[in-house]
Amino acid sequence: MRCRKCSTKAIIRLPRHNAAFCPSCFDEYVIEQVSRAIKGDRMFGHREAVAVAVSGGKDSLALWEILVRLGYRTMGLHIDLGIGEYSVASRKKVEVFAQARNLPFVVHSLVETHGLGISEMSEELRRPPCSACGVIKRYNMNAIAMHYEMPVLATGHNLDDEASRLLGNVLHWQDDYLAKQLPVLPNDHPKHARKVKPLYRLAEREIAAWAVIHKIDYIVDECPNSAGSKMLVYKDVLNRLEDASPGTKHQFYFQFLDRQKARAEAAPAAADLRECTSCGQPSTAEICSYCKLVATVQRRSEPAELTP
Amino acid sequence: MKILLHHPTREAALAGPKQVWQVLRELEILPDTVLVIRGDTLIADDEMVGDQDTIEVRPVISGG
Repeated sequence: MRCRKCSTKAIIRLPRHNAAFCPSCFDEYVIEQVSRAIKGDRMFGHREAVAVAVSGGKDSLALWEILVRLGYRTMGLHIDLGIGEYSVASRKKVEVFAQARNLPFVVHSLVETHGLGISEMSEELRRPPCSACGVIKRYNMNAIAMHYEMPVLATGHNLDDEASRLLGNVLHWQDDYLAKQLPVLPNDHPKHARKVKPLYRLAEREIAAWAVIHKIDYIVDECPNSAGSKMLVYKDVLNRLEDASPGTKHQFYFQFLDRQKARAEAAPAAADLRECTSCGQPSTAEICSYCKLVATVQRRSEPAELTP
Repeated sequence: MKILLHHPTREAALAGPKQVWQVLRELEILPDTVLVIRGDTLIADDEMVGDQDTIEVRPVISGG
């Protein structure tokens, strides 16, 4: 198998592009796709500081590395979810990565803040860990980015993440979520960072390959709480479709984007945001989801008062 | 050949030589869901894997 661009030995085949690349041309392809996303979707410029949400996995560490290579000013944000050995190993990957490159980063530990990890919190909440995890990560990432005056928050969501999320939203006709499933979410409130997904043009396998080629030491283990996750089921379905018909995921998500961008331009969504009366962060309700979640955990984790 | 697999971590063995795509087909793994690594180098789906080789089949799908 030969590289489509330079005809030397290829190391990866990309059926969705009917192409194969050598390491050097594959590197160019990946960087070009990220640059195209950042510039084409007006995600951010070189004068803006970018907070990069880093989990220790392939996508977020590759994203951080690429943004640094492209000359953007970045800071890593890691949420230590307190999921036993998995979180210890994930945090270590982020620390080693950042220290080796002398990159600034911040760690927010759930256990240090609330005395409980995500698994214990979800038990108190009596809801699946992934559902509480999403609320906790979104809230803290935004709050930390704002605290450090970073106007942009970049996450490592890739094409597979977006296509599988789209499938889930379509299966349940989640119109509100569909309206928000864009690679750029503008800051609709002074206390909201602009949320961007610079990897949305790249497949999960392409990012993993780029990370391996560049010897990025990421956590390969899967989050123990993700077993049985719906997102994995949707990804499995889409991968079977992709195997039978390469390009399916790309067409599914990009054709949705074309339609959704047109809809958003025709009728911009106006969020009815106020400030949470408890923490001051933007919220559609009087008390934000995060403060409600924390209050419930605190109430249920306190020992019941003994009656005489 | 020795094959290192993840989720859960385990080992498998197959007779070589075989091309990477043949190994994945025998293991019933979709090519788009993994990378195949020999040593610390990514290898393409038409690469030949011999009896004495050890390869890692690393999943790329995360559930986040």
